[in-house]
Amino acid sequence: MSHLTDLPAWAAIAVCGLLLMGAAMTLIGSIGLLRLPTFYDRLHAPTITTSGGTILVCFASMLCFAVLQSRWIFHEVLIIVFITVTTPVTLMLLGQASLYRHRFEKPQDVPLKQGPHAEKDRE
Amino acid sequence: MKFLAINLILTVIWGTISASFTPANLLLGFAVGALSLWLIRRELKPVTYPIRPLRLVLLLALFIKELAVSATKVAILVTRKKMALKPGIFAYPLTARSDFEITLLANLITLTPGTLSVDVSGDRKTLYVHALDCADPGALRQDIARGFERRIREAFER
Repeated sequence: MSHLTDLPAWAAIAVCGLLLMGAAMTLIGSIGLLRLPTFYDRLHAPTITTSGGTILVCFASMLCFAVLQSRWIFHEVLIIVFITVTTPVTLMLLGQASLYRHRFEKPQDVPLKQGPHAEKDRE
Repeated sequence: MKFLAINLILTVIWGTISASFTPANLLLGFAVGALSLWLIRRELKPVTYPIRPLRLVLLLALFIKELAVSATKVAILVTRKKMALKPGIFAYPLTARSDFEITLLANLITLTPGTLSVDVSGDRKTLYVHALDCADPGALRQDIARGFERRIREAFER
């Protein structure tokens, strides 16, 4: 049950382009995750995948089904919103946990926390 | 009554997602919206910051531009054979004041490949940012100050 053959050529080309670019970004993100040496650096790689890859793939899906069913489709916007809101929170939490430990073990390498809670955190 | 606008927006979203604008479906959406607002009634506060749609669009455009630029940079970086990395953490002095603005700024910084906000100081005046290429922290600070932070303040500052 595939109606994908009904897709007009211009839409098919656009969908393919978006999908391939999204897939390429996801792949690059994965390669980055694999190759980058330290924990902090590795946290950077998934952001390419989530921001670039997901958005492009979602756009491809929106375009494809909007043209096929000839109406506007907005479900993917929800996916994009939820992904872009939640992923950074995870990464920031991981980064913060790592920085906390880093400050504790090798305080000379990282900027120390300033402000009223600094002393408490350093103990 | 204060949240009627939010409820109406939720109803419209319900309508678009379920792809039917029949009165019955919209009524159901309104009821679901009211129920979800009722569930979080203790956390709800009326919106206190002004909303400027044009500035929001500018912020979105800047985000997309930054995303494209830095994604390319990081992509080139990780696919090279020898990765020339100078990672490091730098302190970024915040001029944005409200929690909402700081959260948004931190989120945008994290979403842009190459930079990652890791911590905020207790007095909310400094944001600690990890950068893949931290050879010139001054330039990075200026980029954020002139880019994201300026746009965020334009869009949301009271």
